[in-house]
Amino acid sequence: KSSVQTIGEEQIQNPYTELLVLKGHQDIVRFLVQIDDFRFASAGDDGIIFLWNAQTGEKLFELHGHTHKITAIAPFSSSEASEEKKHLILSASADRTVIVWDCSTGRQVQKVSCFHSTVKCLTVLQSLDVWLSGGSDLCVWNRKLDLLCKTSHLTDAGISGLAELPKNCVAAAVGKELVIFRLIASNNESEDWNVLEVKRLVDHQDNILSLVSVNDSTFVTGSYVGELIVWDALDWTKQASECNFWDSSVHPDAQPEIKLTQSPNETSVQHLTSDEECVFAAVGKGIYVYNLQMKRVIACQRTAHDSSVLHIEQLPNRQLISCSEDGSVRIWELREKQQLPAEPVSTGFFNMWGFGRANKQANQAAKKMQENTPMYFLELLGDLIGHSSAVQMFLYFGELGLATCSADHLIILWKDGERESRLRSLTLFQKLAQNGDFQLKF
Amino acid sequence: MISAPDVVAFTREEELEGELCREPPLPEEYSVPLFPFANHGANPWAKVASSKFTRDFILISEFSEQVGPQPLLTIPDDAKVPGTFDLNYFSLRIMSVDYQASFVGHPPGSAYPKLNFVEDSKVVLGDSKEGAFAYVHHLTLYDLEARGFVRPFCMAYISADEHKIMQQFQELSAEFSKASECLKTGNRKAFANELEKKLKDLDYTRTVLHNETEIQKKANDKGYYTTQAIEKANELASVEKSIIEHQDLLKQIRSYPYRKLLKESDFHPYEPECAPDQASAGCDRDLTTSDLAEPSETHLYTHVPSYTPKLIKAKSAKCFDKKLKTLEELCDIYFFTQTLDQLHHIERTFRGDVCYLLTEQISRALLKQQSVTNFLFEDMSFLEEKAPENQYRGCQGLSQDTIDRKCLEESPPPKVVINLGSYKSSVESVPIKMEPEIEDPQESQMTESVMFEHQENLDYLDADIKGSISSGESIEVLGTEKSASGLTKSESQASLPVSPSPQAGRSKVGSRRTVSEDSIEVLSTCPSEALIPEDFKASYPSAINEEPYVDDEEGGLRFTPKLNLDNADEQEDVLKEENLVQVDSACCIGKESPNFLEPLPDMGQKPCEEDGVVRIPPQPYRQAEQGLRGSFGSFPSHDGISGGLLPYEIDSRYPPGSREVSKSSLDECSDSTSYISSAASTCSDRTPSPAHPSGQASDRHKKKAGQNALRFIRQYPFAHPAIYSLLSGRTLIVLGEEEAIVKKLVTALSIFVPNCSVCTKPVKHWVTSPLHVVDFQKWKLIGLQRTTSPAGVNVLHALSRYSRYISILDADSKTLRCPLYKGTLVPRLADHRTQIKRGSTYYMHVQSILTQLCSKAFLFTFCHHLHLPISEREPEESVVNRRMNFLKLQLGLANEDIKIVQYLAELLKLQCIQEPGPGVNPLLRFDYVPSFLYKI
Repeated sequence: KSSVQTIGEEQIQNPYTELLVLKGHQDIVRFLVQIDDFRFASAGDDGIIFLWNAQTGEKLFELHGHTHKITAIAPFSSSEASEEKKHLILSASADRTVIVWDCSTGRQVQKVSCFHSTVKCLTVLQSLDVWLSGGSDLCVWNRKLDLLCKTSHLTDAGISGLAELPKNCVAAAVGKELVIFRLIASNNESEDWNVLEVKRLVDHQDNILSLVSVNDSTFVTGSYVGELIVWDALDWTKQASECNFWDSSVHPDAQPEIKLTQSPNETSVQHLTSDEECVFAAVGKGIYVYNLQMKRVIACQRTAHDSSVLHIEQLPNRQLISCSEDGSVRIWELREKQQLPAEPVSTGFFNMWGFGRANKQANQAAKKMQENTPMYFLELLGDLIGHSSAVQMFLYFGELGLATCSADHLIILWKDGERESRLRSLTLFQKLAQNGDFQLKF
Repeated sequence: MISAPDVVAFTREEELEGELCREPPLPEEYSVPLFPFANHGANPWAKVASSKFTRDFILISEFSEQVGPQPLLTIPDDAKVPGTFDLNYFSLRIMSVDYQASFVGHPPGSAYPKLNFVEDSKVVLGDSKEGAFAYVHHLTLYDLEARGFVRPFCMAYISADEHKIMQQFQELSAEFSKASECLKTGNRKAFANELEKKLKDLDYTRTVLHNETEIQKKANDKGYYTTQAIEKANELASVEKSIIEHQDLLKQIRSYPYRKLLKESDFHPYEPECAPDQASAGCDRDLTTSDLAEPSETHLYTHVPSYTPKLIKAKSAKCFDKKLKTLEELCDIYFFTQTLDQLHHIERTFRGDVCYLLTEQISRALLKQQSVTNFLFEDMSFLEEKAPENQYRGCQGLSQDTIDRKCLEESPPPKVVINLGSYKSSVESVPIKMEPEIEDPQESQMTESVMFEHQENLDYLDADIKGSISSGESIEVLGTEKSASGLTKSESQASLPVSPSPQAGRSKVGSRRTVSEDSIEVLSTCPSEALIPEDFKASYPSAINEEPYVDDEEGGLRFTPKLNLDNADEQEDVLKEENLVQVDSACCIGKESPNFLEPLPDMGQKPCEEDGVVRIPPQPYRQAEQGLRGSFGSFPSHDGISGGLLPYEIDSRYPPGSREVSKSSLDECSDSTSYISSAASTCSDRTPSPAHPSGQASDRHKKKAGQNALRFIRQYPFAHPAIYSLLSGRTLIVLGEEEAIVKKLVTALSIFVPNCSVCTKPVKHWVTSPLHVVDFQKWKLIGLQRTTSPAGVNVLHALSRYSRYISILDADSKTLRCPLYKGTLVPRLADHRTQIKRGSTYYMHVQSILTQLCSKAFLFTFCHHLHLPISEREPEESVVNRRMNFLKLQLGLANEDIKIVQYLAELLKLQCIQEPGPGVNPLLRFDYVPSFLYKI
């Protein structure tokens, strides 16, 4: 018996009623990166990068250059107003190279291959117009791909995450440690940079898996054993930490009937995302919403998926999308509880109003109303089933839809069928208007 | 006299035949219109009793100069098919009416033998005794060793159904022309090769002779020539003459008129696509092998295979000593196989009853018109295969009147006015064999009035049958297609005007044929050959009639029935207008009367003379064209059917002018396409195989699918939701252990599957591996194996995982899991209480309902305001409302039927906006709707 909430086949609020399968990759597709409003790139273990049109699903370019799997990819767009907008992407691979690609031509612009180890993360600091590569050491590069400076050898395992902090600082996740670096420009020459290790934070008990910068004053990290720490971005002090919120025995809204064996894998903070007030954490199979103001978890879905949630993203309309190793993508909505939490309500009342027949989640939520229950809950709006293997990542394109990539080598574009139908009609009538003697090419 | 058609059926009985011939005909009042086939168990499709063969076949015969007419081969090559039918006898019959004036030799005023590039003649012959009717296509092939260098051949399509031959005359003619063209092309090539060899021989002989003469000269010191020397010199001279002659022949065969082709730019049957390449490649290519991708006539003769010349004896072997070349040798094995393929294709195409063929042709022509929606449920490959013919069929047969009318509107009125009567005289008034016509005009008039009143196919049929009552030992030439080449300066032949419709002529003849004993009759001629350039010297097929028909007054009488028609004036006008244009020049030579008639200079006169001989001089170009235009239809041009039943007859896409061009180049066009396609097919695949997929096979498939579908509907009470799934684009999985059962179900259900694009039918009959989301994009109907192995578990797991995209029909436990259906459309489509018994009938029923559905989808798709706001400010909701209102109220769709139309509309949209070329990602559209489990 699975404790995972299911929604059934009727999903009124699920807008995605059309899908396009994009084939091209020959191995696991791990990364999707948005280039502009309608283009995105995908990369994975086959070392190939594909550029796609998110509207039509057309394959724009096939970028060959890496010989091993791709470990990191980042968009690298010139922000200067003076020159024309040029879309570049950076890609790092296990072959210890980083390649800069031009998205408009599909050509390789430049290749850097002087790394001693695999670059595991790439971050572009737009404000400084430099980019950083994190492997066993941290390197700072300028747009022309000149190495500006680098740190000494940090770790063999390599930097697993980088986050930009205010005041030219960068937080790097190195194993269990969080290292804060500061980039200092030399006084005389702007091209001369230096990178200094400012602080080392050792609060995490295990490897830091996720690192996200919330706003100018806060950033959050999550570790393998499920610690979530909120840091002050300016003085790098721990503001709050939630280290066992997955634990049903500790947490007040725990459901006694769910006894999970707390294997670390099920509690690891796989991915973090945030808006101004909340941090959304993919922890094991569940999703947790942590309110920064209240400093506590306000909503959670302990078993959102059948297996680990790999990526989570918040949509503008208080919706949340998560994808998981079980191959499904789920759409959630963060909803406020209808009833006041303090009011004791009889079950009879609920039955009268038909709550008894409502889905399990509502029922459970109603039961667990206590003072410190979250005032919110995550409502499942729909799920997208298409991939036959773990969905590694997804990219939300707003109206254009949703792109998901998976270990089954496929990328699926999920689209709003109504909208697509309307667009096709529009195209059709435009085409009819263009050539009056509409002759089909049969 | 027998005038009523119905009696004919009796007369076909052999035992009655002789009797009836002798007896005076029944009085008029006894000819009650009974059901003509009542005595045959009331089956109008029953085989005509008199025919000795079971099915139609194709016969190739040769008029051998050694043994006379002889059958060469039949298609299908099965002794059972002709049965007891006497092929030798029939060969004799059909070869005895070769109208090709294929004389080769020394024409007066020419020093060298001239080759004539003879147009094929196309005639319809009937032998009512044998119950055999044949479309006969005469052609001549060149053979250096043959008398006059020519070998007359003919290909005949033999059927027991005369009506079929007449109805399908155009199609047969077009198809056989292709076959003939193929043969002739190969023959020209082979002939050129042969000539080249011969020239080498001659050259060699000349050298040898020359040397001998020189030696003799040197040795000759006596001052006078020995007889031996003179003989040698003569021999040398004759060899030289022979060389010149053969060179001339070679030049002629090489210069096979390409001028003809140049005039019609769209016709390039043999012109190489990449001439330079071929030219360079041609040198090292051995053309004797049959790997010609594109037979390029220009290069056919350039290549000279290594050949050791032989000395030619002064006296060649006697004609009867040598063995004549076989057909295969005559035309190069490659072309021979191609021709056989084509003939097999013809045999397949024209298999079956004529009404079936006609229906199919009409429906195909109709489908062709629905270019936007027909991909959904029609077999496009089937449509495309027939494309060239269809296109023209539509204009030829079905909308004949309209075109004629249109043509007339455009062009100045022709000078010649020939009524239907004159047609008749034109055909039958050649005084070849002067037999007095024992027929009273009254009766003839009566028959014709019958003809004109009913003007329906059945009447034709009846009339025809009647026509052949007593012509016991006769072969009737029912029709001949003649070339409309009056424009040439063929001073040699007289010409005749010819009616546009073979039926008209034929039927009239029918009324008169009662007395023709042992005669050959030309029942009609049908001019249709393309225009031939003036400088292209050719002899033209011509019309023969041994039975004299001499009646001027009859011609006048003939018009009266028409006046008696109930129809309004407009119909009459139509008739008249048609009559205006049916002028054509026909060349006429008699078999037994080689004297050519002198052309009459005046066209304006009624081309009838006292003796009934009609003479029309070669006509100016434009008029010939008009004749073509008027006479192109093989269908009865003023047939009531064509006006009434077929609303689409006005094909407005083509202006009359272009239409006419396309029509006149019909033969060439179809020729060229067929060659290209056949060349392409053999290009990839060396083995000679039928160039076209079998139409019959697909018919069988339809029948089978229809049968299975009927069974499915009767067996499964939940057939409706299953069919709804298919129609709404939800993939249906047929799950089962046994492949045969699953495949059967898939076949049955496949007729309900809309195609997503032109190319492929989204049906997969048998899959054993777990399915994936990509499969649901590609396939809409899948047969899936259920196994108990671990792999089978995966299969089932995948099914449950993707259950929202699929409906599952479990063939083993007879359950169906799919969304609910409450519409009204599918019950009409698949009523389990249907009275339909036959698979093919049910298939047609399904097709007709699906076609209705398509038209709804079309309407829905192309109504602008249903999809887009009228004004910019209009909210989306009101558009949605309008759309739903339209679907519900206008199209009368209920519940889930809306989804079907919406799905079809999406397919239409996709098809229309899709850019041609690959790389188009198929979409998968789906709904989040709950499924239900249905059980028996």
